[in-house]
Amino acid sequence: MTEIAETHSAPSLGARLEIIPVVLFAAFAAAPLLATFSGAEGYVLSLLTRVMIFGVAAMALDLILGYGALVSFGHAAFLGLGGYAVGILASHGFEDALIQVPVALVASAAFALVTGAISLRTKGVYFIMITLAFGQMVYFLATSLAPYGGDDGMTLASRSLIAGSGWLENDFTFYWVCLLCLFAAYALSRSIVASRFGRVLRGTRENAVRMEAIGFRPFRFQLAAYVISGMMAGLAGCLLANQAEFVSPAFMTWQRSGELIFMVVLGGLGSLHGAIIGAAAFLLLEEFLPEILHTVSFFLSEETRSHLAENWKMVFGPLLILIVLFVRGGIMGLLRRSHYG
Amino acid sequence: MAEPLLELRNLRKNYGALVVTDDVSLSVEPGELHAIIGPNGAGKTTLIHQISGMLPSNSGQILFAGEDITNLAMPQRVDRGLARSFQITSILPGFSALENVALAVQARSGSSFRFFGTAAQEKDLNIPAMECLSEVGLGARAHIPAGLLSHGEKRQLELAIGLATAPKLLLLDEPLAGTGHDESQRVVETLRRLKSRLTIMLIEHDMEAVFSLADRVSVLVYGRVIATDTPERIRANPDVRAAYLGEEEMV
Repeated sequence: MTEIAETHSAPSLGARLEIIPVVLFAAFAAAPLLATFSGAEGYVLSLLTRVMIFGVAAMALDLILGYGALVSFGHAAFLGLGGYAVGILASHGFEDALIQVPVALVASAAFALVTGAISLRTKGVYFIMITLAFGQMVYFLATSLAPYGGDDGMTLASRSLIAGSGWLENDFTFYWVCLLCLFAAYALSRSIVASRFGRVLRGTRENAVRMEAIGFRPFRFQLAAYVISGMMAGLAGCLLANQAEFVSPAFMTWQRSGELIFMVVLGGLGSLHGAIIGAAAFLLLEEFLPEILHTVSFFLSEETRSHLAENWKMVFGPLLILIVLFVRGGIMGLLRRSHYG
Repeated sequence: MAEPLLELRNLRKNYGALVVTDDVSLSVEPGELHAIIGPNGAGKTTLIHQISGMLPSNSGQILFAGEDITNLAMPQRVDRGLARSFQITSILPGFSALENVALAVQARSGSSFRFFGTAAQEKDLNIPAMECLSEVGLGARAHIPAGLLSHGEKRQLELAIGLATAPKLLLLDEPLAGTGHDESQRVVETLRRLKSRLTIMLIEHDMEAVFSLADRVSVLVYGRVIATDTPERIRANPDVRAAYLGEEEMV
């Protein structure tokens, strides 16, 4: 975990506006305007909305992974909990986000509290395995929910209402709501990381025995962080269900948990906005890699090119591994390095 | 004599058939600097682990300020005023020296379940932390990442962290281990200043330091206390000489 130990600078909001998050959020804010000119407005908006939603989820994971060195391999469960809270409540006629979101947050918090209290008693590989097990538990629970679609999942009749009105049906409005959630989650996380609480969490990451020897009980702080992180991921789940207007057990497969970890590592551990960048890079690569492959392989025969584009995942996997192997500190590490020359 | 600050009663620790702490009874009086010496493998560090709560004891009792703390966890013992340093330097390498100490101040000043406000800028934490750093002579190095300090400075930082928890009793596990001559002189001077206000239990191999600092010395051999006395009488004690000091050159 040397990589984790190296990312130590505590960001403090307000003290110094950093360029990367400012550019990042400005880009998200400008994107809808550009989307109108692109000719494929709906497609661009929905892709970027997905990026922001996974940004929230990846950042939630970064809060405990990057700052607490807690490798949760079951974080997709919270996406599912948030999604199913929206889906199940909607199917019973509670379509208002003012009911759905609080229920989703409470459910995520309760699940995090119980599973965290158990898993945090273990360390290292055991923690990874036990969070994975809890994640799979929720996954199999969802597949067995026959009234709510079982394996196939369920389609939502419409997006959530907000205080009775259907604003979210508009893709632009939904985009801005997601951006607002992303920004709020980011600001909250930045505050937490720099606070007394965050300092204890970061200290525990570096040396838990030392923290006990000065009188802290690390377990309490780790559990609280796990609950906060779970709730943020739960919120992302609510948004994801609304974006897709669909929920299914596929929200919470272990592959999805793995993707979240990948996004965080790809972006760079322990910087929060790195997780958003990681999520963006991951999803955009996934989306455009087939086309990119097709273009860059212009010198090959047409048949090989289409094969290559079809089997883009054969390139995607190794590419991700190469980035993680050779770009220490992920994309953030790369940006930081070029910044300092 | 006043009530002892720390009292060990028939303390015992074994790993299977291997007895590491064998029926240890001793007491540390308020205000004294009590040194524990003994050959390698005598069980000195294990004893500190037991007192600080890092290791459970198999039997016996630990009383601190009259209270039985045998079954308390390490953080609870710290709350009651029992601080320790580690033989193998244990700091937060990515934090600045100041933040290492400020965290220890934070542990005893109010709740740490605060999610807003920048901890690194809290004067209430940084000022006392700075005082502790100055006390051990690290004031000028406050903003250096702890991992980049020299070995001797890290030992001094350990001491400052211990001080910052505002302890009644400071358990020091070989604070001079691996330090050069000048550095160890500095630590000895710091300890000499501290002993007027603090009760200290010191494990140390450096005999010169032990005999110049200690009010009383206990000798631990194979997990047993074979003698507890003033430094002069320990030096003259024939059992001690036979068991331990005989092997080394006397100061």
